[in-house]
Amino acid sequence: MSAIATTAEISPAKPVANLKHPSGDKRFKILEVHMKKNQFRQDALIEVLHKAQELFGFLEDDVLLFVAHHLKLPPSRVYGVATFYHFFTLKPQGEHTCVVCMGTACYVKGADKVVAAVEALARIKPGETTPDNKVSLLTARCIGACGIAPAVVYDGTVTPRQTPEAAVAQINQWMKP
Amino acid sequence: MDETMILNDLLQVKDHELAAQKKIVLRCCLAAGCISSNSKGVKEQLDKAVADAGLQDEVEVRGVGCMKLCCDGPLVQADPQNKLFIKVTPENAPAIVSALKGGKTNLEMGDPNASFFTKQLSIVLANSGIVDPERIQSYIAADGYLALHEVLNEMAPKDVVEVMVKSGLRGRGGAGFPTGLKWGTVAKSSGAKKYVICNADEGDPGAFMDRSVLESDPHSILEGMAIAAYAVGADQGYIYVRAEYPLAISRLQLAIKQAKQMGLLGAGIFESPFNFNIDIRIGAGAFVCGEETALMMSVEGKRGTPRPRPPFPAESGLFGCPTLLNNVETFANVPAIYRQGAEWFAGIGTEKSKGTKVFALAGKIKNTGLIEVPMGTPLRTIVEEMGGGAPDGGKIKAVQTGGPSGGCIPSQHLDTPVDYESLGKLGSIMGSGGMIVMDETTKMVDVARFFMEFCMDESCGKCIPCRAGTVQMHNLLDKILKRKATARDLATLEELCDMVRNTSLCGLGQTAPNPTMSTLRFFRNEYEELLQPDTFNPPTHGAAARHESATK
Repeated sequence: MSAIATTAEISPAKPVANLKHPSGDKRFKILEVHMKKNQFRQDALIEVLHKAQELFGFLEDDVLLFVAHHLKLPPSRVYGVATFYHFFTLKPQGEHTCVVCMGTACYVKGADKVVAAVEALARIKPGETTPDNKVSLLTARCIGACGIAPAVVYDGTVTPRQTPEAAVAQINQWMKP
Repeated sequence: MDETMILNDLLQVKDHELAAQKKIVLRCCLAAGCISSNSKGVKEQLDKAVADAGLQDEVEVRGVGCMKLCCDGPLVQADPQNKLFIKVTPENAPAIVSALKGGKTNLEMGDPNASFFTKQLSIVLANSGIVDPERIQSYIAADGYLALHEVLNEMAPKDVVEVMVKSGLRGRGGAGFPTGLKWGTVAKSSGAKKYVICNADEGDPGAFMDRSVLESDPHSILEGMAIAAYAVGADQGYIYVRAEYPLAISRLQLAIKQAKQMGLLGAGIFESPFNFNIDIRIGAGAFVCGEETALMMSVEGKRGTPRPRPPFPAESGLFGCPTLLNNVETFANVPAIYRQGAEWFAGIGTEKSKGTKVFALAGKIKNTGLIEVPMGTPLRTIVEEMGGGAPDGGKIKAVQTGGPSGGCIPSQHLDTPVDYESLGKLGSIMGSGGMIVMDETTKMVDVARFFMEFCMDESCGKCIPCRAGTVQMHNLLDKILKRKATARDLATLEELCDMVRNTSLCGLGQTAPNPTMSTLRFFRNEYEELLQPDTFNPPTHGAAARHESATK
């Protein structure tokens, strides 16, 4: 893990003025403002990581180190939290995301068949992204939409009563060149 | 609105709201289930249709929370006509408005007098589908925050605890610990700083009661938490809610903002010396965070791993301070108990399980959605009468309660009353309220593997029995399903179930074997059908066989 190798570079002894991210990326500034709003409290780590993921789409090492430094936490702790929770992803997502709910109600109503159909079509497994970076397939533990099972979330929109055919139609539309 | 609120202000808001009420109310469900079927579009078009018909002074279109019958959404109900429109599309809006004036329509109608609705008894869901969750005035019009006023002005904290003890309410998170006893313990703990936490990390797959309560009636949770905080002497509350519930989070944020503006949260509530603030903590997708000590770790911004108890959170919880932790549904019961009295509440339900329980009915069943029934209602009433049985004339095989910590109750036990003890006797648990119906096409070994896979993925890895045991049990179940296992594997599986149950650190591991054990108990034949004859002859058997052939 490269995070360990770079730990020395960000020793807390550095003056505050150097805390700005060298890339000049404005998103780091927004993240810093968010941390300030939480008074740089260490127990706000999860809130800060939520914001970071919202800004960057995923949590790369650089972002994690930036957060660690500002909250005065060891990078191991930040990395530990980021990898512990399923909601945080350390890999970039594709252009479109297809989240199949695999809660019990969706499962007994055939969500596994929806996943299998998407797997076969896009040739990816859950958690992976197609090589052209178009589609990411994910599964969720339960999105609480059991009354309308099986549910699939296409790009953030919950869609009720999905069949393998419906999912394939949607993915095909996304995969069109 | 003035910063400090007094009773008169509250009653004024209520009167004003009731006076502004229009003759006809069209309630349109805006909970997550119906929104996914475009109920927002329905509401927009209803507003437009009412305006087009020139009925703005007579008809109110109200966005409300969950109206319970999720399978037929989006739902629109007209009062006082008592007409329930189901599977509404935005295009239906003009027809619905004309139906209010007696016009004939061929819209799909639901029956508000069906047993799905009439067998329900609403305490927790009393406001769900009635009040507008995005307007505090709507909650106040339904007697909201009156209980908090009474508690703060007329009761000492120890009397508040006393009422809770008398009500007999037990924790709705699953374990059923007496709420009054918990409150009393936290109240007695010494410490300058105490916390109240609402556990809204509804992780059980197949359960969506808490989501619906948060989306439909967020103020009841705030009021319940404030009453609890007064009783135990806390001044800071946290609601730990799943990131998977964005609508619930935004409605809670709005509710907290409105309550603060009205002086119902903050400093000196109702001109009393009582201060209380609530912050939201958003989870990040870890099932184990439903466990109380893990949840508190997560609120502190750490990995959600449980720790051994004692010390219990009541003595040393969040940031080492005494902490009261209750589930969403538990808090939702609180305002009603103080409004209507402990005796009233204790009169509902069975001897040991008081009040009602909300269940999320889903799976292979005709009517899916939310139901709230008195404790002690037989499963058969819920599944067959209210739920309408399996769809397409299928036969119900089992009912799963308690999610990955619960068990499968076979159809021959459907007459079991729903309460903590009866479900426990059958090897299942009440759980938080997920109820998944399975029909003849559901393979029980597959279900057991499904839940074991869940527990395996969600195990936090802190203790070995759970971390390694769930993997081994999952492998064995997988082997059985692939028809590669023998009777010996089944014996190993049972041994492991016993070991993991008895030696794991927290509830996740201790209950992880439940789905497997309960399916083994009631559907053992399904396991045995998949077993292969033992081809490998171990020495002892070999010796016995040699002995046998020698004597022949």
